[in-house]
Amino acid sequence: MAAVRRWRPWALVVLLVLLAVLPWGVSAYIVGVLTVAYYFAVYAMSWDLLFGFAGEVNFGPTFLIGLGAYAASLLDIHRWPVPLCVLVGAAAAVVGGAALAVPALRLRGPYFGLVTLVAVLVLQQVIVIFAGITGGEIGLSVPDVLAVDANPNYWYALAFMVASGGILVTLSRSPVGLILQASGQDATETAALGFNVAKHKVAAFCVSAFFSGLSGAMVVFYEGTVSVGSVIDLALGVQVIIAAVLGGRRTIYGAALGAIFLILANELLRPLGQLNTFVVAAVALIVILFFPNGFMGILGRAGERS
Amino acid sequence: MSPLLDVQRVTKRFGGLVAVKELSFHVEAGEILGLIGPNGSGKSTAMKLIMGIERPNSGRVLLGGQDVAGQPTHRIARQGVGIVFQHSRPLHRQTVLENIKLALLPDSLLRLAADKSVNDRACAIAESVGLGAVMHRRPNTLPFADLRRLELAKAIARDPKVVLVDEPFAGLTAAEVGIFSGLIDGFRREGRAVLLVDHNVKGVAALVDRVLAMYLGERIAEGSAEEVMRDPTVRAVYLGGSIETHARDAAVIDATPVLLEVADVSVLYGKAQALERVSLRVHEGEFVSVVGLNGAGKTTLFNAISGLVRYDGRIEWAGGSLAGRSPAAIARGGIVQCAETRELFGDMSVRENLDLGGQHQPPAESRDRLAWLFELFPILKERARQAARTLSGGEQQMLAIARALMMNPRLLILDEPTLGLAPVILEQLSKALERLRRTTAITVLLGEQNVTFALPHADRVYVLEHARIVWQGDPALFAKEAGAGYL
Repeated sequence: MAAVRRWRPWALVVLLVLLAVLPWGVSAYIVGVLTVAYYFAVYAMSWDLLFGFAGEVNFGPTFLIGLGAYAASLLDIHRWPVPLCVLVGAAAAVVGGAALAVPALRLRGPYFGLVTLVAVLVLQQVIVIFAGITGGEIGLSVPDVLAVDANPNYWYALAFMVASGGILVTLSRSPVGLILQASGQDATETAALGFNVAKHKVAAFCVSAFFSGLSGAMVVFYEGTVSVGSVIDLALGVQVIIAAVLGGRRTIYGAALGAIFLILANELLRPLGQLNTFVVAAVALIVILFFPNGFMGILGRAGERS
Repeated sequence: MSPLLDVQRVTKRFGGLVAVKELSFHVEAGEILGLIGPNGSGKSTAMKLIMGIERPNSGRVLLGGQDVAGQPTHRIARQGVGIVFQHSRPLHRQTVLENIKLALLPDSLLRLAADKSVNDRACAIAESVGLGAVMHRRPNTLPFADLRRLELAKAIARDPKVVLVDEPFAGLTAAEVGIFSGLIDGFRREGRAVLLVDHNVKGVAALVDRVLAMYLGERIAEGSAEEVMRDPTVRAVYLGGSIETHARDAAVIDATPVLLEVADVSVLYGKAQALERVSLRVHEGEFVSVVGLNGAGKTTLFNAISGLVRYDGRIEWAGGSLAGRSPAAIARGGIVQCAETRELFGDMSVRENLDLGGQHQPPAESRDRLAWLFELFPILKERARQAARTLSGGEQQMLAIARALMMNPRLLILDEPTLGLAPVILEQLSKALERLRRTTAITVLLGEQNVTFALPHADRVYVLEHARIVWQGDPALFAKEAGAGYL
């Protein structure tokens, strides 16, 4: 175990350097795919903070992502500067998320999950109804992009993922992360130790919303467009959840790993045609069924053995 | 000086059930009050009302003169009330030390790094409760008593003025009870007010300054441990009994065919030997008791019979081998185990739980059995529409047995039915078993720690100790030959 701990930080540094120089070694196509994967990884990591630590299943990660993406897009159309659009997008996700979480967290069991699920559908309808402002089902094009070339876009995404991941990992290992885990496991006992469980869970939801919204807003300025299908659709939310569970619950790292795997596999298996999605889904299903602790669980077990 | 904890006329209703009725008591600083009562008496609810886990319908809970009744749990905890839960659910990915550190953290969202002092205090607390040697281990590798120590450590970490302790000695060995008594006595010496909640006076008599006895939500007696034990109402509630035996003629039983034969069965859990070459025999219509302390291997034996664990050796049922049969097939074959953990469906009603048990029976037979079971356990008829979760411990046990009987078993395995039940409930359960034995031809294999409960019905007794059968024979002989060495 001690040996593992010693080489782990170095392995991480080497890995990050490798990822940073990757654009010079692979095709622009792969660079583009990975760029998307990194933003997706932030969705999954944010989701794991809520599920893995606070113990709440959020079926509507795209509610938060969509709020961030659409708020940023609408402001950009009014020619606000891009950094401000992104920040306000994240803030919108936090406000919307808190408005949802405060009442929803009073509910027990599966009801919290159902509320978050319904929230996605409501947001989707709102976008469609106010088509005059939001572009409806067609979506919107934004005037600005982060960068024109693929490589800078890749580095933006990588830096963003590493920074978000760093913050989320630090948070999850801090005293607050400990209290959060305890709240997720046994709320009564945690309250009896003097911790305000609701406060900690709402805070976790806000942090999760912040990074989801931020990532959603960044994606808009990478793609140059926003639509219900790209940031709100339930299918996207399900993918986020699968990615996080596939990577390994309660690890944060795992969620990023699962997200990158999922996006890469989807792209690399594209030659299979329609079989592509099926194969990826089947792999995900097998991992979740037989290794419920995901990739990180498998890695952890291999590490313990060696 | 006003008492540290002053509970004034609190009442708690769950629907139509009054769990706590106008209950008043107080605990001074440096005093231990024992709150005792049989299961369902409302003592656990009273504790939850103080902690804010449940809100009282009326009444006041004064903490140093301040009314905290109805406040959320974490606020009450912050004002100096700590609780030692009977069942612990520690964080399993964290070490023992980290679990203690958790309790030392402030309720703040902005504290991203713990103070250095937290680590030192956590270590000191771990040492003080005897967890020093294991503080870097994960909780799931610890024995039961150490998990209880961890719960105690977490309570100490909060430095509470008032400590509530739920059944401090349940499941502990005599030596461990001594150690835990010492730790709880430490609370008193430090000037804390301690409320001990337990089933009977005897367990806590040596430790407490005063005892308050509860029954059906109300106070029935209060005073020193001796006074409460002498109290006629308390005696009526807690009917003690001497060991009686009513074994049937051995010759008659030996003439009936063997229903279950366990031969040389061994079970290993990793490296631990849970059962070692255990052999026993149950004849058709016989009532066999397997007595042994916690951890002796009773549950493992029953799980082997039910096909739930892998074993070496041979188990034969009605002449055929059980090897390779699935647990479901074994259950359909007539062996029904009523597990120690009861395994009821908490959200389903009593009636639904019973109907589920009768699922494989023809409807007419199912109806007859239900009527018969309601006669055997009248309380279940009263509670038929109530969710199983809301039943008291004793009622849940009756429901578990009744559900097992709905399956029309040829062999009923009862694993530790008395676990956590008060004497008055045992009496009812005992009567029901007696009636069962007298009026039906059912075969029963009972696993028990409580000899007084296990012996009266038994035709034959096996004593299981450290994974082995160390004695077998007539229950009447048990008292003479094995009884002294048993405890």
